[in-house]
Amino acid sequence: MTLPCCTIDGDYFQPFTLEGGDAERWISPAGPGLKRIEFIVPQANRPDAMGHIETDLGALEGVTSVRVNLTGRRVTIIYIEGQIEPQALIDRLGAIGFMARPFDPRETGLTKDDRTGGKLLRALAVAGFAAGNVMLLSVSVWSGAEDATRDLFHWLSAMIALPAVAYAGRPFFYSAVNALRLGRVNMDVPISLGVLLASFMSLFETIRGAEHAYFDASVTLLFFLLAGRYLDHLMRARARSAIAQLISLSSDGATLVEADGTRRYAAARDLKAGMTIAVAAGDRLPADGRILDGMSDMDRSLLTGESAPETVRPGSLVHAGELNLTGPVTVEVTAAGNDTFLSELVRLMSSAEQGQSKYIRIADRLARFYSPAVHTLAATTLTGWLLLGNGWHDALMAAVAVLIITCPCALGLAVPAVQVVASGRLFRSGVMIKDGAALEKLAGVDTVIFDKTGTLTKGEPQLVSPVMVSTDTLALAAGLAQASKHPLSRAIVREVMSRGLQPVTVSDIAEHPGLGLSGTCNGEVVKLGSRAWCGVEESGEDQGLLEFAFRRGARAPVIFQFEDQLRPDAAETVAKLVTMGLEVHLLSGDRAAAVNRVANALDIKRAVSRASPQVKLAYVDALSKAGRKVLMVGDGINDAPALAAGYTSMAPATASDIGRTAAETVFMTESASAVSEAIVVSRRTQRIAKENFVLAVGYNVFAVPLAMAGLVSPLVAAIAMSTSSIIVIANALRVGLGKTAPRSSAKSGHDSQPGRTGLRNAA
Amino acid sequence: MTGLLYLIPVALFMGVVGLGAFIWSLKSGQYDDLEGASWRILQDDDKPKP
Repeated sequence: MTLPCCTIDGDYFQPFTLEGGDAERWISPAGPGLKRIEFIVPQANRPDAMGHIETDLGALEGVTSVRVNLTGRRVTIIYIEGQIEPQALIDRLGAIGFMARPFDPRETGLTKDDRTGGKLLRALAVAGFAAGNVMLLSVSVWSGAEDATRDLFHWLSAMIALPAVAYAGRPFFYSAVNALRLGRVNMDVPISLGVLLASFMSLFETIRGAEHAYFDASVTLLFFLLAGRYLDHLMRARARSAIAQLISLSSDGATLVEADGTRRYAAARDLKAGMTIAVAAGDRLPADGRILDGMSDMDRSLLTGESAPETVRPGSLVHAGELNLTGPVTVEVTAAGNDTFLSELVRLMSSAEQGQSKYIRIADRLARFYSPAVHTLAATTLTGWLLLGNGWHDALMAAVAVLIITCPCALGLAVPAVQVVASGRLFRSGVMIKDGAALEKLAGVDTVIFDKTGTLTKGEPQLVSPVMVSTDTLALAAGLAQASKHPLSRAIVREVMSRGLQPVTVSDIAEHPGLGLSGTCNGEVVKLGSRAWCGVEESGEDQGLLEFAFRRGARAPVIFQFEDQLRPDAAETVAKLVTMGLEVHLLSGDRAAAVNRVANALDIKRAVSRASPQVKLAYVDALSKAGRKVLMVGDGINDAPALAAGYTSMAPATASDIGRTAAETVFMTESASAVSEAIVVSRRTQRIAKENFVLAVGYNVFAVPLAMAGLVSPLVAAIAMSTSSIIVIANALRVGLGKTAPRSSAKSGHDSQPGRTGLRNAA
Repeated sequence: MTGLLYLIPVALFMGVVGLGAFIWSLKSGQYDDLEGASWRILQDDDKPKP
C-alpha cells in the first residue's frame, strides 16, 4: 500500500511508521480486549480539527473511542485488539491531513508534572473547603456566639481545620524542612511556622474554652498560598509540555544495514560503533561516522552555523545532526551514544552549567531578610510583654499573633501571580518561559548575543539575484530543481511558485552529489549546480552569497544568487534592544563574508565569525566574568554550550533539540521581535513584582504594631490578610494590560503553534 | 438553638459533597483539556432522528 502523504508549508512529510518491537512502548491496555494508544498531532490545534478527527476515526471498524485534547494537541484512541492495527490509525490520520506520531508520556516527564499539579490542586480544594466552612463558623462567633455555642463552633472549626492543615500544608512543610536541613531559610519557613503555631495555639485556646481562635486564619492562609503555588506550577508545566512536544516530534531512528545486506529499523540509542547505516536524502544523521559509499551534500548549519552545504564523498567524516541533502549514503558508525561530537558538546554544556553561580529567586532573596526579621519581632514582643509584667499566657498570645500576621501570605502571592500573568501573555504571543527564574533573569540582562544562521536569519535561502531573469529560464530551472532536496533547489522552486509560474517538465533528471543536477528538455541538456558543473569560471571575491549556476544547452549560463533571509523585524529588534540600553553582539560559525553582511544589514557593531562551540562558550564566559549579564540567543547544536553558559538564554522553536533543551526560553514566532518583547514584558513583570513586595511589606508595617500591642483579634487578622492578598493580585493583573504584542510578531497565528514550526525541523 | 444540631451537619455534608465532586471531576480528567472543552459545547454532532 502506498502511504498517503501530508503537506505542511509546502514541504512533504512521510508519515511515521511503527516498527516491529518498538510499537509496544506506546500501547497500553484499556480493559478486556481493548488497547489505548496516544498520538501527538501538531495540526490538531483548531476546533474544527477536533470534530474532523473524532468523527472520521470514530467511524473506523474496531475503534471504540477517539478523544482529541486540544490543549496538548494529542489524540487518545481506544481500539479493539486484533480488529485494527495502530499503523492503520496513523495512515488514516495522514490521509485526512494530520501528521501523527505516537506519544509516550513517560519519555517526556510530563506525567510527573501532571502528578504534582494534581496534588497541588487537591490540596487547594481541601484548603478551600476548610476555609469556607471554618469562615462560616467564625462569622457566627464574631457576630456574638457565646459560652457553649462558641465552644461548639470552635471545636467544629478545629475538627475541620486540623486535618485540612495537615493535608494541605504538606508542600510547605516539606520545603521548609528541606531548606532548614541545608541550613538555609526560604519563604516556606515563616509560612509553616505561622500556620502551625496558629493551629496549635487555637487548639489550646479551644480546650481552655477561651474567646479567640485563629483556625480561619490558618486555613485561609494555606488556601491563598496554595493558589500562588499552583499558579507557579501551571506556568512551568505549560511551557514544559509545549517543549516536550517539539522534542518528541524529532526522529530518533536509523536504517541499519546488516552484513548480509538486509535492512532493518533501529532506534538511534541502539547504534554502536562499527555498524553500517543507510541514510536517505533528506534524513538527519543519527550518529557520527565515515562515509562508505555514495556522495552527497551535508547541511551542517545546526552544527556549525555554516549556511553553505558541504560535499562529502567516501572517506569523509560526518557528524550526528547533519542533514543529508542530495544523495543516499551508507555510513560506518564510528561513534554513537556517548562518543559523538554531540556528547562532547553535552560535556561542555554541563561544565558550563556548573560554572554558573546558582540563581536565587527574588522571593527567596527577600526571605533571607524577612524570616529573621519577623522572628526577632515575635521574640521582642514576647520579652516586652513579660517585662511589662504580663503573664506568660498573654505574652505568648501576642507573640503568636505577630507570627500569624506576618505570615507572608501576600508575599507568597506577590511574585507567582505577576509571573503567571506575564508568562500567559508571552505564551499567547509565542514565547514560552520555562520557569519564573528565567523571567526574572531576562529582566536583568544587559548584553544580548545572537547566533546568525537560524536565529537572526530564517536558515532558509531565498533567490535575490538576478532580479531580471526570464520566466522561461526560471521555470526550466525549477523543473530541474524540483527533483532535489538541496536548500538552493528548494529556494528556486519556492520562488517560481510565489511568482505563480508552472515549473517546466524536465526528463532524465539525475542528481550528481557535490556537483548539481542534469536533465533534458526538448532535446537540450540543462544543468543546475556549482559553477564548475556548468562550465563557468569561479569569481574571485566572496560576496557572502550562495550561488547556483544554470546552463541550457550551449547558451550563456545564468548565475543565481541566494541570501539567507533575515527574520522579519530583525533590524527593528536589534535597534530596539540598543535603545533599551542593551549591548548587541553577533557570534556565528559561518564564513566572515556572510556574517559581515548580516552585521551590516542589522547595524551590529561587534560580530565574530567562524566561531567554534568552544570559542562561543569562551566568548560568553569572558563577558560573564567581566560582570555582564548575557542573554544568549541561538538555535544550533554548536550554540548549546554557550546557551548553557549565558546568564539566561533563548532559542527559536526551529532549533536543534539540544538547543531547545538548553535554552530557558523558546520562541515560536517567525519574527525576531519575540526577543525584545520578552525583555520588555519581563522588565515590567519585575517592576510590578517589586511593587507587590512594597505593598505586602507596607501592610506588615501597618499591622505588626497592632499585633505587638495585642490588638489583633481573629476578625482583624482575617480582614487584614484577605485585603492584602486581593490588592496584590489586582496589582499583578496590570501586567496583562498595556499595549499588546505587535501583530507581526504573532504573524498569522499558525506560526505560533508549537507543532507547525517544529515539524519543519523534524523532517 | 436546637436548629444548629441539624443545620450544621447539613451544611458540612453539602460542603463535603462539593469537595468530593471536585476531586472526582479532577480524577476523571475533566480539567485536562480546558481549551477543547470550551469548543466541544459548540460542536454540532447531534444525529438526526431516523
